[in-house]
Amino acid sequence: MAEHALSSPVHPSSHARNALQRFLSATEVDTRLLGMIGALAIIWVGFNIFSGGLFLTPRNLWNLSVQTASVAVMVTGMVLVIVTRNIDLSVGSILGLVGMVMGVMQTSFFPVQLGLGLGHPLIWVLSLAVGLAVGTGIGALQGVIIAYLRVPAFIVTLGGYLVWRGAAWWVTAGRTVAPMDSTFQLMGGGPGGSVGAFWSWVVGILACVAIVVGLLLGRRQRQRFKFPQRPVWAEVVLGVLGCGATIGAVLIANAYPWPTRIAANFAEANGLDVPEGGLFISHGIAIPVLMAIGVGVVMTFLATRTRFGRYVYAMGGNPEAAELAGINTRWVTVKIFMLMGALCAIAAAISTARLNAATNALGTLDELYVIAAAVIGGTSLAGGVGTIAGALLGAVVMQSLQSGMVLMGLDSPLQSIVVGIVLVFAVWLDTLYRRNKY
Amino acid sequence: MLDTSTPLVEMTDISISFGGIRAVDQASITLHKGEVVGLLGHNGAGKSTLIKILSGAYKRDTGDIRIDGAPATINNPRDAKGYGIETIYQQLAVADNVDAAANLFLGREMVTPLGTLDDAAMESKAREVMGRLNPNFRRFKEPVKALSGGQRQSVAIARAILFNARILIMDEPTAALGPQETAQVGDLIKQLKSEGIGIFLISHDIHDVFDLADRVVVMKNGQVVGEAKTTDVTKDEVLGMIILGKVPPGATPGPGAIRE
Ligand SMILES: Nc1ncnc2c1ncn2[C@@H]1O[C@H](COP(=O)(O)OP(=O)(O)O)[C@@H](O)[C@H]1O
Ligand SMILES: [Mg+2]
Repeated sequence: MAEHALSSPVHPSSHARNALQRFLSATEVDTRLLGMIGALAIIWVGFNIFSGGLFLTPRNLWNLSVQTASVAVMVTGMVLVIVTRNIDLSVGSILGLVGMVMGVMQTSFFPVQLGLGLGHPLIWVLSLAVGLAVGTGIGALQGVIIAYLRVPAFIVTLGGYLVWRGAAWWVTAGRTVAPMDSTFQLMGGGPGGSVGAFWSWVVGILACVAIVVGLLLGRRQRQRFKFPQRPVWAEVVLGVLGCGATIGAVLIANAYPWPTRIAANFAEANGLDVPEGGLFISHGIAIPVLMAIGVGVVMTFLATRTRFGRYVYAMGGNPEAAELAGINTRWVTVKIFMLMGALCAIAAAISTARLNAATNALGTLDELYVIAAAVIGGTSLAGGVGTIAGALLGAVVMQSLQSGMVLMGLDSPLQSIVVGIVLVFAVWLDTLYRRNKY
Repeated sequence: MLDTSTPLVEMTDISISFGGIRAVDQASITLHKGEVVGLLGHNGAGKSTLIKILSGAYKRDTGDIRIDGAPATINNPRDAKGYGIETIYQQLAVADNVDAAANLFLGREMVTPLGTLDDAAMESKAREVMGRLNPNFRRFKEPVKALSGGQRQSVAIARAILFNARILIMDEPTAALGPQETAQVGDLIKQLKSEGIGIFLISHDIHDVFDLADRVVVMKNGQVVGEAKTTDVTKDEVLGMIILGKVPPGATPGPGAIRE
């Protein structure tokens, strides 16, 4: 009997009472994440109805994805910061400063001072590298002060909020830097900064393959250690849902065409015939969106599959226990802030490229949006709890609210009021959820 | 007999102060291979503080630590683990929001050839170790904050014995446990002792310790009152050491002993 139980362990879903419970238990999906997806669906459908069908259009959804990218990149780092019971109020200012630095690098330092000439193909990557170095350096400095000098993160980054914003002004004495290098601009999206229909399909299909392979590998791993298996139908449902969502996203991105004039110019430049009713050239997925997705994947990997990530969550739950377990908690803290700084630099690249300029005010209020997105996405300010995927969804929810209200023609003061209320409401719901769970 | 070999641990004249309070004052203590030393004293006597110096949680102000007769440098918990010192802390030091396997391997995770966490292997090993320690334990997937006090304690103990400790410190290990679990811990201590592990067993209650220990060391107000082999003294005499600081004939007085 016991032998038998060991060799074919039973999955907990076989004990579930009703269909919904069985489904949730069998697929092992996070109910909280599912709830957020549900909330997002309600928001989308609601806005679509109230805006007279303007919200759920390829054009709006594509724009939404591009507008979310910068905050989405930063929120993946903010999750780790908040999980370890810290906070970073300086991300918007770091974005501003790094944006300025990268602007100066690509408009004057590399092309003029170093004599590469404007439009040199290496300029974008060199500028980005300098930006990453500056962002990481700022994060390291703040992290060292927090971890080793024991100044609370709230204070250090509040100071940073002022310091880096001031420093951004110093870079050019307040002058706006524009236009950006033409390759660098691609990181901002737009017709040129999107990968087009073909490459969108390539990305989508690769993602589907990754989903299926991931499920299969997970299954094999469980087999190897004789852990309970998910029922096969649950695996199939997960695979179909994952691939379906991916393909849906690609279809939407491909359904949004270039503006007719840009398409016409393109056709003329390439000697193409323009058919009746204009040339249909798909945007496809925008490059900043791909960057954000890439960052999300890498950060999820860091958070769940590496020692670093494990330590982040252990520290957040009980810093003393983590220290006593022999974890170098101070160094982990420094690494988290370095990572946050680097992500600010990536976000700065996206923002400046999208605006095609580096301005003094770039990133203003971003710290609040990033923190709000993380919290709406289920990151607990008490520490120890939060996922990258949840926070990314949180960023999409925030941006959906804003875009939706713009579409409905709400005044910007009213928009702030709504976002503020939603933030508090979301956290209250989350508190209820957690209280019921434990 | 035991006492003639080189001690596994020798802590000599250890002192530490917090602000004005001398939590530990010139305390000396030794531990041999395969020996269980009961460290006794009232709450606030300085027991936890003394052993936290050995486990690297605190840095001593003065005093020496020798491991296997050689001076040891212990500045943090990592250093202590390097000497094979494992600790089960009084305030259950478990990471609340990760699961049992993650706790067992915290700081010493198993990784795949690619350097990523090998969660399946860790869970498998965790199931094996926990199965020996607490066969009823099933909740491997949940964060340990969802577990009962006894279950959390078995996680803490499993972590301490997982990595072939040579020196085990157990600070009030049964405080949160019921009678059956307490008996299990007692059996475990005997088993570990027979494997040659040296164990510091700390308690404010003599009954938890007396039958398991080879030797007892009694502390009061940060000082060592005295030490004795459990065969040379009675429970009542040890109680007298704990409460009054009075050292019976069968015991060796320490700096904290009162002399009549
Ligand atoms: N981190 C600390 N900061 C200040 N005082 C402490 C600290 N740790 C222990 N103490 C003090 O040291 C004394 C000994 O405490 P402790 O070692 O915990 O006693 P025991 O474990 O024997 O009950 C107590 O007076 C306690 O208040
Ligand atoms: Mg104590």
